[in-house]
Amino acid sequence: MNLPTSILLPAGALPHYRLGVMDVLPWIVALGVFFAFDTYLSLGAQILTMVIFGLSLDLALGFAGITTLGHAAFFGIGAYAAGYWNLHFTAEPLSGLLVAGLAAGAIGLLSGALLLRTHGLALLMLTMVVTVLLHEVANAWGSVTGGADGLSGVMPDALFRVFQFDLFGKTAYLYALGVLFLVFLVVRMVVNSPFGLSLRGVRENARRMHLVGASVHLRLVAAYAISAILAGIAGGLAAQLTRTVSLDRLTFQLSGDILIMLIIGGVGRLYGAFIGIPLYMLMLDRAAAVNPFHWMFFVGLALILLVRFAPGGLLALGDRGWGKGGKQ
Amino acid sequence: MSYALETRGLCKRFGAIQVTSNVDLKIAHGARHALIGPNGAGKTTLVNLCTGMFKPSSGAILLNGSDITAISPQRRVGGGLVRTFQINTLFSGLTVAENLAIPVAQRLGRSWRPWGRTGSDRAVSENVARLLEDLKLLPLAAKKIADLAYGQRRLVEIAIALALEPKVLLLDEPAAGIPNGESGMILDLLERLPQDMSIVFIEHDMNLVFRFAKTISVLVEGAVLVEGSVADIRHDQRVRDVYLGRRHHD
Repeated sequence: MNLPTSILLPAGALPHYRLGVMDVLPWIVALGVFFAFDTYLSLGAQILTMVIFGLSLDLALGFAGITTLGHAAFFGIGAYAAGYWNLHFTAEPLSGLLVAGLAAGAIGLLSGALLLRTHGLALLMLTMVVTVLLHEVANAWGSVTGGADGLSGVMPDALFRVFQFDLFGKTAYLYALGVLFLVFLVVRMVVNSPFGLSLRGVRENARRMHLVGASVHLRLVAAYAISAILAGIAGGLAAQLTRTVSLDRLTFQLSGDILIMLIIGGVGRLYGAFIGIPLYMLMLDRAAAVNPFHWMFFVGLALILLVRFAPGGLLALGDRGWGKGGKQ
Repeated sequence: MSYALETRGLCKRFGAIQVTSNVDLKIAHGARHALIGPNGAGKTTLVNLCTGMFKPSSGAILLNGSDITAISPQRRVGGGLVRTFQINTLFSGLTVAENLAIPVAQRLGRSWRPWGRTGSDRAVSENVARLLEDLKLLPLAAKKIADLAYGQRRLVEIAIALALEPKVLLLDEPAAGIPNGESGMILDLLERLPQDMSIVFIEHDMNLVFRFAKTISVLVEGAVLVEGSVADIRHDQRVRDVYLGRRHHD
């Protein structure tokens, strides 16, 4: 049986499925929090929402190499779309997420087609400008967005018509966890697929991609649009869980925050968002509780240490020794 | 008769500088055609024009008899015209196998498929494995480009082009940067390429040129000075004066 087809690639040559510690750990921790820390479920659901947002950014930034400082645009559009849908059409939550994703995806497709001809700093500036423009639109278009007051009174109906969103946030937490799991499956599928490989090719060397015969621009626009859809879903989820939508969903600050959180965990590694975002948000929460006046100082200090000792993000530390699960 | 690749009156000007002037190149099917000439003769520019990275100022380019002058670089690749680069142009953060899986998936029309693991795609992984086996790179498949020796990267540079199964292959100094004694591994690779593949290559290593080429075009200041068989060029006085002669006295 020495057919030429029996030549096998060595392990690790192409992305292969291997269940590692990192494939299981985040979900065990998330479920553990649900049972052990039921007073933290509201913060927990916020963190899960931001992890979805971080995953969407990782797809664009980490895998396709799109340097963006405007991802809040899609989060914000998703939030406003879901909020408006809830107030004026139906309070059924899943359709709200769908609408949020579609609205953000449409803007992602449009802005991506226009902006993704640029690279580097120009792209950074333009993505930022899109957020600023949308912020002003939301501010001015009061009849739809509520202007400076935002939208309030968003009240999602029972999930699957069964599970009421209770006061303790149990339903909200599991809802967010379920959405995160689905989004994670989508992102993992995309990045490990041939399309995902071609995105990493664009990131590594766009010039060669052209001369391999691949349409670089279309690929970037597609990746950006998928990423926008997922960011919109995160925004919609945030609107439903906090029951309000405000202008601060559409700020440069939020784009910067999510970028920092993702970088802390590790960019382009699929699990970076699972590490960086909970860590950063818990750190903010704790620092603010311990020292309400100078807490930002301690956060800054921690960030300096982190960038000094783990410039590739916390997951990059793991490359030296333990666990292969986070390797991507 | 139609040629694998043909240029007609090809000109390229950058401002006042004429880098390609009136080049009529005819590459027969299955050719082993060397482009030689002193530095700045416009050899790489010619490759850039053929692959569509530059737009010609005037003239036409024909691939297998059909005009591709106005076609995008990507579509030219689809038509079987593939090049390599003088300076390695690789996907450095990826493994050797991934570097080849990208062009293989592209050729098989799978590069837009957003589901299914690349590693579980039998057609892709078998093609990659066979190519690596052919080039004796299989043991390095899981290594990142950044961990390879220079000569090995040079092989990957060519392998990416081969993964596209080109009809016409343009090699821009395949042995560039490889120490004199080691250019043999590039020659080995070139000699094992399928006979029906038409190959145009730029090279400064004259041993490699004289051993591998069947025809040679000598470019000087953007124009073809002389074209002929290896024996013709070796004994052409003009070529000796302008190129070989000067090199020997360096």
